[in-house]
Amino acid sequence: MERMPQWADVVLVPLISLLMAFILSALVIVAIGEDPVAAVKMMVNGAVGSTYGWGYTLYYATNFMFTGLAVAVAFHASMFNIGGEGQATLGGLGVAVVCLALPWPHWALALPVAVLGAALFGAAWAAIPAYLQARRGSHIVITTIMFNFIGASLLNYLLVNVMRPVGSMDPATAKFGPGTHLPTLHDILAVVGIPFSRAAPANISFLIAVVACFLVWLLIWRTRLGYAIRAYGKSEPAAVYAGISPTRIIMISMLISGGLAGMMAVNNVMGEAERLIMNSVEGAGFIGIAVALMGRSHPFGVFLAAILFGFLYQGGAELALWTSIPRELIVVIQALVILFTGALDNMVRMPLEKLFLALRKDDA
Amino acid sequence: MMDFATILQVFDSTVRLATPLLLACLAGLYSERAGIYDIGLEGKMLAAAFFSGAIAAVTGSVWLGLLAGIAASTALSGIHGLAAITFRGNQLISGVAVNFLAAGLTVVIAQDWFKQGGRTPSLIGGARFTPVKLPLADTLREVPILGPIYYELISGHTILVYLAFAMVPLTWWLLFRTRFGLRLRAVGENPAAVDTAGVSVVGNRYAAVAICGLLCGIAGAYLATALQAGFVKDMTAGRGYIALAALIFAKWRPWYALSSTLLFGFLQAIALRYQNIDLGGVVVPVQFMDALPYILTVVILAGFVGKAIPPRAGGEPYVKER
Repeated sequence: MERMPQWADVVLVPLISLLMAFILSALVIVAIGEDPVAAVKMMVNGAVGSTYGWGYTLYYATNFMFTGLAVAVAFHASMFNIGGEGQATLGGLGVAVVCLALPWPHWALALPVAVLGAALFGAAWAAIPAYLQARRGSHIVITTIMFNFIGASLLNYLLVNVMRPVGSMDPATAKFGPGTHLPTLHDILAVVGIPFSRAAPANISFLIAVVACFLVWLLIWRTRLGYAIRAYGKSEPAAVYAGISPTRIIMISMLISGGLAGMMAVNNVMGEAERLIMNSVEGAGFIGIAVALMGRSHPFGVFLAAILFGFLYQGGAELALWTSIPRELIVVIQALVILFTGALDNMVRMPLEKLFLALRKDDA
Repeated sequence: MMDFATILQVFDSTVRLATPLLLACLAGLYSERAGIYDIGLEGKMLAAAFFSGAIAAVTGSVWLGLLAGIAASTALSGIHGLAAITFRGNQLISGVAVNFLAAGLTVVIAQDWFKQGGRTPSLIGGARFTPVKLPLADTLREVPILGPIYYELISGHTILVYLAFAMVPLTWWLLFRTRFGLRLRAVGENPAAVDTAGVSVVGNRYAAVAICGLLCGIAGAYLATALQAGFVKDMTAGRGYIALAALIFAKWRPWYALSSTLLFGFLQAIALRYQNIDLGGVVVPVQFMDALPYILTVVILAGFVGKAIPPRAGGEPYVKER
């Protein structure tokens, strides 16, 4: 018999965890002498109070959807891909290579190739840790951490020594051509007559991210491969007994995971910066961990959690602009969300299970 | 080619840079030997660096700073222990949370206390650890070869450097020659057996995590009050992860930890001194030197050069059978 009803497991536990994380965050705000209620009001106003705010919130959310899905897919195969940061960095390299290789005549031609390039480079960066895990038993967490640093050094080298335009001091690639400029939400919504901020960076990548959420759902719950991934994640011996090859599952799920993380670059490199700069990922790879944990590794959960983190990011930027609360408050909130929804899950779950068990006894 | 004085300077800087790595590596060694993975070394060091720098700046006493650093680091260890031991959560996720908690809180608090953009005021006088001049350093300085080695390389470091190096034999003795050490290693290999013998698995694991907090605290305090004069945002700069790499490189052994952290400290010293290294026509870029510790760790983990086998019960919460 289930220890508690499914709705409690899927909705109640994460909500309580989230609530605890937010209460502690509010205490931090009080401790540094600011008013948490005013802070929340300012965040709401700044993040969703205007189409400009929405444009930033959705822009950040797009990044987090990709990295969140990346972590979630690996979680389903019971692997912890902590290398989203490096994979997204390499994804940026893939986008830059595609965008700079040809004088693209139109974004509609450049976009699919860029998506492919980003996914390919991201997947390639996940491939080595995946292979080492599958064949040599090297712990995927440690190798993906190492690959984050190696990726950062590699990109640093390429930007300084190889891809920097002649005469430029800035360690960045040249600006991409006009044919790679992606339509922003302003352009897209203007077609159907909805006014939207012209200045905000949210672009067509948001729609790609939503499609990616749907496709991951399809993959995990509606295909044979998804079943194999979940089976392997739940129990390796059982999966092997059922004829599922661990090497194949580890490789495939990590390649998908790395590819998804890499695809984030379509949003931030191609959609926003329109050139490749140093440290363009800005920690979004790590936020994917919080997003996947909060979304319970379900694509719809990831979608919601990514929007929430997009809101926190944009709201936090507003706070930093208008109050003395630094941007790093968001890092604290992110840490607390990871702590409560991930590591301290049992702290919420155990008392709840007892409560439901007691209730059920009363009924009987 | 490098002359003798330059070589001495590079080795001297190797010792300085290896010290925080060594302390953090030994910290991780205690924790992981007891079966608790710790990727939160970075965060604990960072928190210790901030609180030691902050308290030293406010009180003017470096020793109070050190204590504050240790307290902060041990508090984070307590959170990790709570999640990993008591609530049997995922130790890796808990470590990630600790890292972010430290990265965020240090800047938020630093901004609130000092309003200097996430840093502490520069430490002066008694708020910093000063170099210790070993006996006869000046007298022996004129002795050829050995004199400068003694004066430059061995003498003239802060007390924390000597403490870190002394921790190596101490750790070896504690882990391999005492009952406490045997139990600590046993809970990392086969906790059920330890439990059967009537020894507390939870108690031993908490002890290991507490020692880990203590050592990370010293490592962080060293960064802010000895290596540099004050805390700056993200000043650990990945050292916690390099220490983790060094721990794997050392195959979870104290003496190997000394050599691996010295090696990684040497790489940092070289990268700091030379931008690009010309090896007879082949130029090694500085970025490659930066990445080398991580590349070496991946190679070791892949088992191409020796095999690194972690403690058997590492990462697994212990559940007593009912």
